[in-house]
Amino acid sequence: MRSPGSIWRMIIDEIRFRKMNFILSVVSVFIAGSALIGAIAVLRIHDRFTGFIMEEKGKKLEERLAALEDDTRKAMLELGFNIVILPDEQELSDWYEKGYSSEYMPEGYVDRLARSGIIIVRHFLPTLQQKIEWPEKKRKIILAGTRGEVPNLSKSPREPLVEPVPEGSIILGYELHRSLDLQEGNVLQLMGRPFEVSECYTERGSQDDITAWIHLKEAQELLGKPGLINAILALECVCDEDVSLARLREEITGILPGTKVIEKGSQALARAETRRNLAVEARATLEAEKQNREILRNAREDFASFLIPLVLLACGLWIAFLGLMNARARQEEIGILRAFGVSGKQVLKLFLGKYLLTGIAGGFFGFFGGMSSGILFGRILEGQFLRIGLGPGQMVFLLLLAVAGASLLAGLAGWIPALLATRQDPADILHAD
Amino acid sequence: MLVLRNINKTFHVKNGMVKALQDVSLSLSGGEFLVIRGPSGCGKTTLLLVAGCLLKPGGGQVLLNGMDPYNLDMDHVNRLRSETIGFVFQQFHLIPYLSARDNISSPALASGNPVMPGRVDELIRHFGLEERAGHLPHQLSTGERQRTALARALYNDPGIILADEPTGNLDEENAEILYKYLRQFAADGGSVLLVSHDRRACDYGTRVIGMSQGRLQRSTGSYVGAGSG
Repeated sequence: MRSPGSIWRMIIDEIRFRKMNFILSVVSVFIAGSALIGAIAVLRIHDRFTGFIMEEKGKKLEERLAALEDDTRKAMLELGFNIVILPDEQELSDWYEKGYSSEYMPEGYVDRLARSGIIIVRHFLPTLQQKIEWPEKKRKIILAGTRGEVPNLSKSPREPLVEPVPEGSIILGYELHRSLDLQEGNVLQLMGRPFEVSECYTERGSQDDITAWIHLKEAQELLGKPGLINAILALECVCDEDVSLARLREEITGILPGTKVIEKGSQALARAETRRNLAVEARATLEAEKQNREILRNAREDFASFLIPLVLLACGLWIAFLGLMNARARQEEIGILRAFGVSGKQVLKLFLGKYLLTGIAGGFFGFFGGMSSGILFGRILEGQFLRIGLGPGQMVFLLLLAVAGASLLAGLAGWIPALLATRQDPADILHAD
Repeated sequence: MLVLRNINKTFHVKNGMVKALQDVSLSLSGGEFLVIRGPSGCGKTTLLLVAGCLLKPGGGQVLLNGMDPYNLDMDHVNRLRSETIGFVFQQFHLIPYLSARDNISSPALASGNPVMPGRVDELIRHFGLEERAGHLPHQLSTGERQRTALARALYNDPGIILADEPTGNLDEENAEILYKYLRQFAADGGSVLLVSHDRRACDYGTRVIGMSQGRLQRSTGSYVGAGSG
């Protein structure tokens, strides 16, 4: 047998009897719950979407930077070097005019540099260059002696960037081998010493076209400059956004006092600069995008924080109104229950129990309504469907939160009607007979 | 069982005061069926509510089983009322969403005790409601509703029934049935205090007192009906 002696039984019977009142209350809580959960879902989707955008753009940026880095490296490889270290007393105007230094420094400088642990230069190339009259051919050329690259000992060994010229060999620039009709394998005389042509360069459109490269030691002997060089080419400088030419210059002159550092290979540096600028710009754009998304999020949050209390208030008032209507309709019932000896607390439980059920039902459905509307609004606002991305535990927690919050809302809204019902004097009600 | 001594009750209304009860005294013992007769507005319902511990009098004393309910705390009053008094009203006041059966057992809510199905079945049989026990009040006839209300009043096996115009909405046949039930209740040792303007009630009461303008009419030897309509 069903027991009307149970308050919950009576609550359920009353709900079944006054379905419309209950449904309207539940709908109201549903709307409030949906609005709240929907706002949370929309903001959550916004955050996820922002995350996706940032990740995507970040990836593209990294790819682009990697491509640029590769491009810069290739450019540097083609150009052969980035900077030239010259004796400090070298007049730059003279150097630019001649294309080589007329002052000298000890060859040992290059070894000192290689052992110094400088981290921003990978290879060093000591050279001795001088314009000479090629007595055998009766023409002016630039004779360049080079020892081949000296790896930076603080770095892991790498493939040489410029091949050394073996002793007894000579490499000829384009104009020289073309005009003298020389080819690889030919033996020629230079300042009374025989050299075998090991390589003929293609046209470069620069001073290189009239340059002949031989081993440094042989050049020092031919030019009468034993143990001296007039330039060190610093190869494959690490042209990162963190490294400036000023820093490079500062480091090198710190190791080799009495030298100066000249930038060469400006194309590579320009590319590095471009890359650096692009990276800075792209990161700034990314940051700006992030800030825009943040501003948008704040705007949405502000809107939600304005709208949600309004919706909650409206729904609460509506529930309170329905509660008052319900209490009014149940005056007779309350009167007779009180006449039987039912206490005010029990009457309060009859009403609050109903609001609790209203809250649970509204909160439960409101949770799913909010999730659905959140996804839908997320679609409208972000232009694509996104999952809210909550784990099962978080979903359950949010569901419980929605149910608890909705029950609290319904309970608070129904508190006054319930209290009024409790305080109704049964004598007043029954006197009306 | 129930004693009212020099009860006064005044209501303050817009245009002044209404003296609903003036120096009302009566006593009600087991086996008595006391009918208070009087016209509408003479204070009958007020008297019943005061007797039922629902309306505190302005003066005088109410004793229910020797206790003054108006000097007890609310929990005690509720318990006392629940255990001692059964109410029957003209408007029945059945709970609309409970079936006749559940209405009958609804006083169990006050006592906090589980419903006694045997007691409910007994009352349903006693009042001839077997066929209608599962119906909601709006599905019952007026006579069935009042019988349900009476059965509900008897559920806790009270010593006293307070009835306020219980036949006001009933036809003659159903009114007669109700009076017979009340008379039987009194004959079984219970006490009935019935207030009504219905002349027929006098035929069933063991004692009849007239009431007019908040005062009980006194007659020789006992309180007797004033005979007014």
